[in-house]
Amino acid sequence: MSSAFTAAEAPEVTAEARPGFLRTAILGERQAIVGIVVIVAFILIGVIGPFVTGDPKAKVGPVFQPPSGSHLLGLDGGGADMVKLLVNGARVSLLVGFAAAFVSILIGGVVGVLAGFFGGKTDIALMRLTDYFLVIPDVPLMIVAAALFGRSLRNIILIIGIIYWTTTARLLRAQVKSIRERIYVRRARAMGAGNSRLIFRHILPQVAPLVVANTVLLVATAIFAETFITFLGLGDPSAISWGRLIENAFTDDAILNNAWWAIVPPGVCVAIVVLAATMTGAAIEEALNPRLAVGHLSVRRFRMRALPSIGRVEPPATLPPSTGAAGATSGKGTKR
Amino acid sequence: MRGANYVLKRLAFAVVTIFVAITLNFVLFRAVPGDAVQSLRCRQCTIQFKAALREELGLDQSKWTQYRVYLVNLAHGDLGQSLRFQDSVWSELLPSIKNTMAMLALGTLFSIVFGVIVGVISAWRRGTIADKVGLWSGLVFYSMPPQWLGLMIVLYVAGAVGLPTSGIKDPTLGILGDASTWTLFVDRIRHMILPAATVGLVLYGEYALIVRSAMLETLGEDYALTARAKGLSNWATVWRHGLRNALLPIVTLVALSLGFIIGGFITVEYVFSYPGIGLQIVEAIDQRDFPILQGAFLLLALSVILLNLLADLLYFKLDPRITE
Repeated sequence: MSSAFTAAEAPEVTAEARPGFLRTAILGERQAIVGIVVIVAFILIGVIGPFVTGDPKAKVGPVFQPPSGSHLLGLDGGGADMVKLLVNGARVSLLVGFAAAFVSILIGGVVGVLAGFFGGKTDIALMRLTDYFLVIPDVPLMIVAAALFGRSLRNIILIIGIIYWTTTARLLRAQVKSIRERIYVRRARAMGAGNSRLIFRHILPQVAPLVVANTVLLVATAIFAETFITFLGLGDPSAISWGRLIENAFTDDAILNNAWWAIVPPGVCVAIVVLAATMTGAAIEEALNPRLAVGHLSVRRFRMRALPSIGRVEPPATLPPSTGAAGATSGKGTKR
Repeated sequence: MRGANYVLKRLAFAVVTIFVAITLNFVLFRAVPGDAVQSLRCRQCTIQFKAALREELGLDQSKWTQYRVYLVNLAHGDLGQSLRFQDSVWSELLPSIKNTMAMLALGTLFSIVFGVIVGVISAWRRGTIADKVGLWSGLVFYSMPPQWLGLMIVLYVAGAVGLPTSGIKDPTLGILGDASTWTLFVDRIRHMILPAATVGLVLYGEYALIVRSAMLETLGEDYALTARAKGLSNWATVWRHGLRNALLPIVTLVALSLGFIIGGFITVEYVFSYPGIGLQIVEAIDQRDFPILQGAFLLLALSVILLNLLADLLYFKLDPRITE
């Protein structure tokens, strides 16, 4: 197996995933709370909003009308209200984000758990496969796939989900592999528990927090990926996502019209959700890896500090959700 | 030699991955309903012309024959023919590759320099204002879609700094007599700065976060405590013991994020109409010129695989204990 990937493997989870661990991890970090609140707020907007706004594409005034009292963020290149478009964009973007994350967790989860649990030849074969796909560049592959099969929301979700399964597989495999050897699992096996019972009753609950962290990061990646696909004109023509609003602003020459209100808000929405998801995912990973809370350096140059007060809340060692960094960042320690 | 063994293994892995990428490329493009010629967008093309084109491209043969021919052609460095131009894919893509590489090199240089500096300072001064600024600047740039950041730069920055936002060459240059090499060079660089800055800022966010978290980890190791205990300055601890060891995870993470990096510039080139591989891909998608798309994907996959190989070898150099 590749050494570069060995180093990128998931950490030994030092914190036991006791019941309620996830809740403590999230509530213990202010950033995680903020992140969750933001995501939930956007979900609510996305679910409820479209019922209030009616048809978002309806032409309600002149093209690129600047913001006014009746249209808070002005009108876009088609004369439609930006606020309504953004609200509908939240629904589509988040739908793509969560659905694609679900698909990749499903594929990556099955591959990772099988490889980690059964080991041996299964492990070698599955991880080889994962390694190949890990190296093939994801975004270009996604664009090619979308160019060939895309243009419907369902296909885009499937494509994004299928492209991003590799990190989850690596992450879960390492995790499951270490949990499989724990005494309670061996004891359960000795008492006659079958493979499926071991996996579902004893192993999956232990990896659940990691899966949640990974899912949250994947949602961000998927929302991002959707903006790429849509920007290249490969999006679902009937769906209004934030990515689509960015594309519309570009193709309708919002810049020449100096219509900042058509360009700035959709990107800000994407950035906020991605930021919130990154913070939440990183905070959970952080809680899973308490080694990060120790540092031996005095923070300020002129102040001596032999050892930091352990237990102090550190800012998260935040990791980009894209391309394996999620698992990899927390895996730094395994190279010893 | 265990070292030689490692190098050979990595080489073999790269070769097999290239083969997987080639096969994937072939299968994807053949799995589409219809074929490349049928989906070509061209108004003047008659049915007879399309049939002739199909025969010329070998699309009337069995899939296995096509696959074999594809492999043989690739081995000869032949990426096929563009459907839009009477030209080989390779000669069509070559100038774009040069443009893209120049732009990415500039952007990457910017992002590595700033990413490492900010990441190191952020990890060192963790919890302080300096860390907060570093962390948040990284997070914010990291969270923006690259194409949107590009649009923001066109909207708010380009006018203020007076740099061109489209193309690679000033069309008025050379009309009134020949422009000097120097003028042409400066013009080229001026056109490169904004797209490179966009790519650079997005990568800066990613690198700063990666370096910061890798440094946080190494600074918590026992050897960092030992370095402090034997009286080394903070500075020496950070550079000689922290960053030197953090290089391992940094190299891995950067290598793993290459797919994303390579993808991000495609939309950026589109925004700035910068004639590189990304713009070629966009135009090929628009007109359904699948051979170009196929060739471009293969080249990108190849470059990422080779860069990963380089990272693996670098990894070995950084940590000779690796022999696995």
